[in-house]
Amino acid sequence: MSAQDQIKDKVTTNDVVLFMKGTKTMPQCGFSSKVAGVLNYMGVDYADVNVLADEEIRQGIKEYSDWPTIPQLYVKGEFVGGCDIFTEMTLSGELDTLLEAKGVTFDKDAAEQIRAHNS
Amino acid sequence: MPMQAHEIEALLRKSFPNAQIKVDGDDGVHMSAVVIDESFRGQNRVQQQRAVYAALKGKMDGANGELHALALTTRAPD
Repeated sequence: MSAQDQIKDKVTTNDVVLFMKGTKTMPQCGFSSKVAGVLNYMGVDYADVNVLADEEIRQGIKEYSDWPTIPQLYVKGEFVGGCDIFTEMTLSGELDTLLEAKGVTFDKDAAEQIRAHNS
Repeated sequence: MPMQAHEIEALLRKSFPNAQIKVDGDDGVHMSAVVIDESFRGQNRVQQQRAVYAALKGKMDGANGELHALALTTRAPD
């Protein structure tokens, strides 16, 4: 299966997918760690894909989304963004709205705490 | 080799001639840029930032991506 097919399969068979450097328990880059950290804290169930473990996926994901950086977050097959956009959406509450709209469970109190902590 | 703030600004200026552009960062690898341009009006963040990455023509990605990290903020003027 080509990298593009593997990616497509991953993002369509998992509600939430984070392509990152490292894993959700062992992130290996500040930006990946930030996104994984927030998702973990908010109790979101997501599949993590360590792009460092597979160079083809690392390059393939950038082609797939036409986005040059890692991490990349997908919700219900849709590319949501990288670390900057994810952070803005978390702090503005747009992430809550998106997850609710897509039927993805998360800990609302945790999200509120993150915003309170960063305000 | 890392990219300096003025180089990034010059590249962005080519694609966004009328934009307000501010580039910060001194190590040439972890940089930040704010781009405020009329062309972003009505676009979502992903579309806006894709346009900025396109303007940087491959400086970002790939093994020799000089610019490892560019923190981006984009919006249309108020």
